[in-house]
Amino acid sequence: MKQFDYVKPGTVAEAVAAAAQPGAVYLAAGTNLLDLMKGGVSRPDRLVDVTHLGGLDQIEHLADGSVRIGALVSNADLAHDADFAKAYPAVAEALLSGASAQLRNAATVGGNLLQRTRCAYFYDTASRCNKREAGSGCDAREGENRSHAVLGWSENCIATHPSDFCVPLVAFDAVVEIEGRNGRREIALDELHRLPGAAPERESALEPGDLIVAVRLPPAARGFAAHARYLKVRERTSYAFAVVSAAAALRIENGRIGEARLALGGVAAKPWRARAAEDVLRNVAPTADAFQEAAWRALTDAKPSGDNAFKIELARRIVVRALTLAAAGTPARIPALPASSFASTSGAIHA
Amino acid sequence: MPELNLTSAPAHLRHGSNIGQPLTRRDGILKVKGQATYAADNHPPGMLFAVMAVASISRGRVTALDVAAAKRHPGVVDVMTPDHKPQLAIDPEIKTNPFVFRMEVLQSNEVRYANQPIAVVIAETLEAATEGAVLLAPRYETLPALVGLDAGESFVPPVVGVGNPTENHRGDVEAGLASADKQIDATYETPPQYHNAMEPHAIVAAWDGDSVQIDMPTQGLMLSLARVAELFGIAHDKIHIRSPFLGGGFGSKGLMAGPPVLGLMAAKLVGKPVKLVLRREQMYGPVGHRAPTRQRLRIGADGEGRLTALNHHARTVSSTFDDFYEPAADASHTLYAAPAIRTSHDAVRVNTGTPLFMRAPGEATGSIALESAIDEMAWACGIDPLAFRLQNYAEVEPITGKPFSSKALRACYEQGAARFGWAKRPLQPRQMRDDAGLLVGWGMGTATFPALMFQAEARAVLRGDGSGAMEIGAHDMGQGAWTALAQIAADELGLDIDRVEFKAGTSDLPDAGIAGGSAHTATAGAAIHSAGAAVIAKLADLATGDERSPLFGAGNAGVIARDGRLIRRDDQSRSESYPEILARAGVAEVEARGTGAPNPAAMEEYAMHAHGAVFAEVKVDPELGQVRVMRMVGAFAAGRIVNPRMVQSQLFGGMIWGMSFALHEEAITDRRSGRIMNANLGEYHIPVNADVPSLDVITVEEHDPHVNALGIKGVGEIGITGSAGAVANAVWHATGVRVRRFPIRIEDLLTPL
Repeated sequence: MKQFDYVKPGTVAEAVAAAAQPGAVYLAAGTNLLDLMKGGVSRPDRLVDVTHLGGLDQIEHLADGSVRIGALVSNADLAHDADFAKAYPAVAEALLSGASAQLRNAATVGGNLLQRTRCAYFYDTASRCNKREAGSGCDAREGENRSHAVLGWSENCIATHPSDFCVPLVAFDAVVEIEGRNGRREIALDELHRLPGAAPERESALEPGDLIVAVRLPPAARGFAAHARYLKVRERTSYAFAVVSAAAALRIENGRIGEARLALGGVAAKPWRARAAEDVLRNVAPTADAFQEAAWRALTDAKPSGDNAFKIELARRIVVRALTLAAAGTPARIPALPASSFASTSGAIHA
Repeated sequence: MPELNLTSAPAHLRHGSNIGQPLTRRDGILKVKGQATYAADNHPPGMLFAVMAVASISRGRVTALDVAAAKRHPGVVDVMTPDHKPQLAIDPEIKTNPFVFRMEVLQSNEVRYANQPIAVVIAETLEAATEGAVLLAPRYETLPALVGLDAGESFVPPVVGVGNPTENHRGDVEAGLASADKQIDATYETPPQYHNAMEPHAIVAAWDGDSVQIDMPTQGLMLSLARVAELFGIAHDKIHIRSPFLGGGFGSKGLMAGPPVLGLMAAKLVGKPVKLVLRREQMYGPVGHRAPTRQRLRIGADGEGRLTALNHHARTVSSTFDDFYEPAADASHTLYAAPAIRTSHDAVRVNTGTPLFMRAPGEATGSIALESAIDEMAWACGIDPLAFRLQNYAEVEPITGKPFSSKALRACYEQGAARFGWAKRPLQPRQMRDDAGLLVGWGMGTATFPALMFQAEARAVLRGDGSGAMEIGAHDMGQGAWTALAQIAADELGLDIDRVEFKAGTSDLPDAGIAGGSAHTATAGAAIHSAGAAVIAKLADLATGDERSPLFGAGNAGVIARDGRLIRRDDQSRSESYPEILARAGVAEVEARGTGAPNPAAMEEYAMHAHGAVFAEVKVDPELGQVRVMRMVGAFAAGRIVNPRMVQSQLFGGMIWGMSFALHEEAITDRRSGRIMNANLGEYHIPVNADVPSLDVITVEEHDPHVNALGIKGVGEIGITGSAGAVANAVWHATGVRVRRFPIRIEDLLTPL
C-alpha cells in the first residue's frame, strides 16, 4: 500500500489547514475510502482523521423547527434516534436500507454524502475513467453499463451516486454546513454534487480543505412526517446498492396534496430532485393518475446511457409506488425490511 | 501442528452413541473463539510477505516491469519474475496425470487471462509487498481478447468433466421427437461463476534445505503433495502439509493451483518462510471457476405426457491453454425415463483462467436447464409439474438401463410435497397473490448427484489405557469432517467418541483421497470402517486365542466391540475390556490399516446416485420485478446419514447456492477486455440472510447395500441441483414469464403493466 502521512488534528480549524494541502483527504469511518485505497483507486499522500473532532456527533433539534445533524453522527445512530425517525421517517428508512448493519454502525453522515460512485470502471484501475483520471476516457460508456445513469449523464461519464440517505435529504431541501479556509458557509445539498458534464473528476462543490461539519433539515421538512416513504429496488433483499430508488413525501391537506417532494436515487451522478413532478402534484388529489403523470414528468429527460433503458421504466414505476405508499401514510414503525418491496411481508425479521 | 482441542465442551450435544447422532461440531468452539488455525494464521519466525502482481489484460504479453522501482520501496526484499526465479524440476505445462492442470508460475511473459500472476513481490510487511506490486507498473503488448460463448470456432472436446464421454445416446432421439405430440425447444444460458470461498487461497511455506513445511488449505493433501514433489523435484517424505481447517473450498482447493506454487518458489528464492495470500479479486482467474454455458433442450412428449425423447446439448468454454469442460448436458442422463436420450457438448476457447470443478460441476448448470425445460413441458402438456415428473419417473437409469443401487426419490417427492403443501398449487401461472398484492409462485425441481467413491487409507490403534486412535489425512472444509469421521471411527473402534484420538488434516497421515465429488465421508469413512474392523479383529485374535480369556474360542467373528469391550456375540454376559486383553497379552497397543475404494463390480451392475426433490415459493413484485424466495423445502435421500446436523447444514448451503444460481450469481465480464468487473463480494451478489427467510430439509431414509460398506452417498453438492430450477420455475409460476438466461434479472420481469 502506498505510504501516507496520518494526521489527527485537534480542532476543525487545524483539520481544514491540514486537509487544504494537495494530496490530502479526510478520513472519517473510512468505509469507502479505505477500500479505494486498498484497490489503488485513491492514493492520497495524507489522511486527515476527523473522527476525534469534538462536537460533530450531535443531533440537535433547533428552536426554529429544523434539525442539525453533526457530520460524525453514524448512520445507525441517526436512523435509530427516535425523535429523528419520527420527524423524518423517510430519511431513517433510507438510512436503514443502505449497506449492512456493520457498515451503518461505522459510516458517518458526512462520509455518506461524499461516498464515491460504484461504477465498476471507476474501481478498476486498468480501465479508463474520467472521474479517476481526468481526460483518460470512459470505458463504461461502451462497457457493462446496465446499472448506470439515465439522467444528467454526459459522454464523459455515466456513473451514478450510490447514496440512499441523500435521496430523501435532497427532497427535503437539506443544507450542508461547510467549514473551509475562509470560514463557514452553507450550500443546498442539491448543489453539493455536480453532474459530470465535461469535468466528471469534479464531483462536488467542495474546495480543498472544505470539511462538511453538519447537515441541516429546514423546518418545512417536518411537515411531511405523516406521508413520507423511501423505496429502493435492489438485486437482493439487503446489502446491495439501489438499481433505482425514490423518496416521496406529501403534505396532504383536506384530501389534496398541499405540497409534494420527490427525489430519485441510482439514476444520476447526484441525488435527483424531481421538481417538475412535484409541481404537477401541487394542489391535486392523491390519485393513481396524478402519480402516473408525476412519474412521466420525473423521467421526461431520461435517456439510456447503455444497456439500461429498463431503468427508466423502472424509475417511473418506483415513483408511482413510492407516492402511493406515501399517500397511504407513514407506517407506525419502520418496516423490518426498510424501503423494500417486501416490507409488508409478514415474518420478516431482518433490518 | 498446533495442539487441537476438539473434544467436548459443556455445550457439546450427545445422544447415546455415534453414527446417526446430531453431534455438534467438535471444532465449533475453536472456531467461535478464533482459535482454529487457518493456513494464513501461521507466522513462522522470520516470515516475509509475498504479494502477486497480476495481469490487467487478458491476452498478450508483459513487455516491461519496473523491478527497480519496486525494489527501491522500503521493506521490499526481492521481486520474482520470469527472469528471476527458482527453477522448477519439471515444466509446469506438462500434464503428468489427468488431475494436473496447467498453471502460471512465471514460466514466460505471455498473458493468457486477466488476473494471471506476472510477478511476485516479497517484502518485510504486507503493505510494502502490496505497494511494491503496484510500483512494478507493468507494460503490455495487448492482443484482442477472446470473450464469451461465441468467441470463436466451436469444437467438440474429447471428454467433458472428468473423463466423461462428450456425447451419449440411447434410442433414436429424432424419431422420438418426430413422434411427439408436444415438443419443447428451448435454450438456456448460465453465466460464469466463481467459488468465492470465504478463506482465500493462501500458503505459508518454510523451506529447510530440500525439506518444506507448508500451511495451505487443500481439499486434496496427497494430490497437492505429489504435485509439489514433482514440481520441486523432492521426495514425498520431504514435504509436510498442514491443512486442519479450510474456510470453504467448493472445488477450487482440490488441485494445486499456481499461486501456492508461487509462494513455495518465493520462499525458496529468498531463503526464508513466506506467506502468500490472494486478494479477493485475485481469486477471479488463477484458481478456477464455473464456466458459462448455453444449453439447448429439445424434448418430446406423447399425448399422455410421457417423454418420447430428450436431447440436451451444452456449449461451454475452456481456456486457451488447457481443458476443462463443464459437463452440463450429462445432467439429463439419470432423472427422466425418456426412451430416447442424446446428450452432447461443444466448446470455444476464451481468454480465461481454466474453468474447474465448482460445487456440482455440470450437475448444477445442467440441472437448472433440465428442470426448467421439464417444467415447460409439463405446462405444455397441461400436467402438474410433480405429476409430470412422477409419470416419467425412471425405474432404471435411463442412459444405461442399469438398476439403481437404491432410489428413494418417490419418497422425497411425497414428503417434500406434503411438507410444502404442493397439492394446493394452481396449474396456471400468475394465479396467486399475497395480501399486499405481490405475486406468489411455487416451483419444484428434482435433485440428483452421483454417489462416488475414491481411494483412501486409514490407520487404527487400540491402546492399553483403553483409548484408541484413528489416523487419516482427511479434510474439513467446514462440512464437518472432524465430527462425522470421528463418529464413524468411534463406532468402528467400539469406543466413546471422547476416547478416540482422531487425527486428520496433515499429509503425514494415511491418504484420505480428495475431499470432492461429495465422496469424502463415504471414501474416508470406508477406510476408517476397514481399519477399525481390522484392529478389532487383531484385538479379538488376542482374546479368542487365549484360554484365560472369557472370549476364548469365540472366533474373531464371534465378538462385537462396544463401549471399550469385546463381547461374545452368542453370550453377551461374557466380555472383556480392551485394556484387560492387551495387558494379558503383554502388548501396549495394537494397530491396523484399512482402505476404502470403489467396488467396480457393484458400479458395473448398478447406477448409484443420491436424489432429492426441492420445492420453492417466491414472491415477485408485479410492477417492480424484484424477487424474493420466501421458503424452500428440500427432501433428500442420500443413503446413510452419519450426522444429521452436519447434513442439514450441507443441504441448506446447497439450497441457498441454488437460489443464488437462479437469482444472483454472475461474474460480469467486460466484453472487450475479458476482465471481470465485479470481482468482489460487494458486487458479486450471493444471497444474504434477508434473502433466505425459511429453509426446511427432510432427510428421507434410504438403505443402500451397494454403494459402500457404510451405505453413505454424500450430500455436499446435491443441494444445488434441483434448487436452482425450483426457484426459476417458481418465478415463472408467479409471473407467467419464462426467463431462460440466468441469473433472472429485474428487467426480465418488468412486464408491461
